[in-house]
Amino acid sequence: MTNKTRVATASLAGCFGCHMSILDIDERIIQLADLVEFDRTPITDIKEVGECDVGIIEGGVCNADNVEVLKEFRRNCKILVSLGACSINGGIPAMRNQYTLKQCLEESYLHGIGVEDAQIPSDPEIPLLLNKLHPIHEVVWVDYFLPGCPPPADTIWTFLEELLSGKPIEFAYRQIRYD
Amino acid sequence: MSGQFIIDHKPVPFEPGQTIMDAAMAAGIYIPHLCHNPEFHPHASCKLCTVKINGRPASACTTQAAEGAVVESETDELMDDRRILLKMLFVEGNHVCPACEKSGRCQLQAVAYYCNMLAPEFTHFYPQRDVDASHPDMVIDFNRCILCNLCVRASRDVDGKDVFAISGRGIGSHLIISSPSGRLGDSAFDAEDKAAQVCPVGAIMLKHQGYDVPIGQRLYDQEPVSVVGDVAKYVVKKHDQ
Repeated sequence: MTNKTRVATASLAGCFGCHMSILDIDERIIQLADLVEFDRTPITDIKEVGECDVGIIEGGVCNADNVEVLKEFRRNCKILVSLGACSINGGIPAMRNQYTLKQCLEESYLHGIGVEDAQIPSDPEIPLLLNKLHPIHEVVWVDYFLPGCPPPADTIWTFLEELLSGKPIEFAYRQIRYD
Repeated sequence: MSGQFIIDHKPVPFEPGQTIMDAAMAAGIYIPHLCHNPEFHPHASCKLCTVKINGRPASACTTQAAEGAVVESETDELMDDRRILLKMLFVEGNHVCPACEKSGRCQLQAVAYYCNMLAPEFTHFYPQRDVDASHPDMVIDFNRCILCNLCVRASRDVDGKDVFAISGRGIGSHLIISSPSGRLGDSAFDAEDKAAQVCPVGAIMLKHQGYDVPIGQRLYDQEPVSVVGDVAKYVVKKHDQ
């Protein structure tokens, strides 16, 4: 074990764009690797989240598995960060909240264009969808919000740098975007 | 007789009849606002321009400037209040910035950036609202309407058409369209109308175009609303004198 800050990340109902943006910090990722130890993330491919200092969540909560992962993150992470439009307000996936779940499933699997062998998937391995998609702060307490679709790499870097060095979290005007 | 008052320790001159907002804007001082547009009679409904005048809260857009008044605007308390108002506006509608053509030149977004709002944080309503695309040139997306009343005022006072009105009370308040069917396409609305150009958000939009300005070059991409918003032309005028 090292004294490095342990960081875990997960993508729930997101597109992994925010994770791509984390990688977009380019060579600074080497600097980051000196400062932090990655726990569960899509980069390490660790499946369970351990005790961590910082948990970063991309995407909203759309199914039972998302709820479980999110609560596990909250239990294990001292600081939880809501990263990107979808985890903050549901984003594009929340546009389904205008319709009932039944309407969404029927449109996708029964009546959609080009659907063959029409049937709504019911394999028990598939996590059950929630009636509505929720931003993560409606399920667990969130400590920090970083908006953007995705948040620019520079914004993520500024945040991590300030957080890890104990400085106040502050951003330049151009670093904060909702789109 | 003209006079002078103070906003956040800065002296601001005013002419008789000017509101705090008018005088501040003429002096190039930005007070956050959404329902106010200097071209129209003030409405004082969004409450974002609430300032403290001699210690008492009041809307800057409807309160007359008074000699020697001490006005506070950018205090932590008032900025906190503004963030709360903005968060409520965001959760009451469906504001999907990444999928909105107005993004980057949206005043709701710009004011929220200015007030350092990072997230709406409250529980989202996800209201069920329609999109009316019945008009050949214009589309109205009720999901994004913040009930600023600007289209109502523009259509009534400038266009003389009374195409729009706010109906209902409280959380049931909503924008309605004056036409036999209630649809925009059956109304007297025209893309050349003043009411077609005043929406601060992406609710009333021109059809057949969108995303025409690249990210990075949109109105509020580089500079905040306090610099490039409606206060900008007053700053220029002042410099030209």
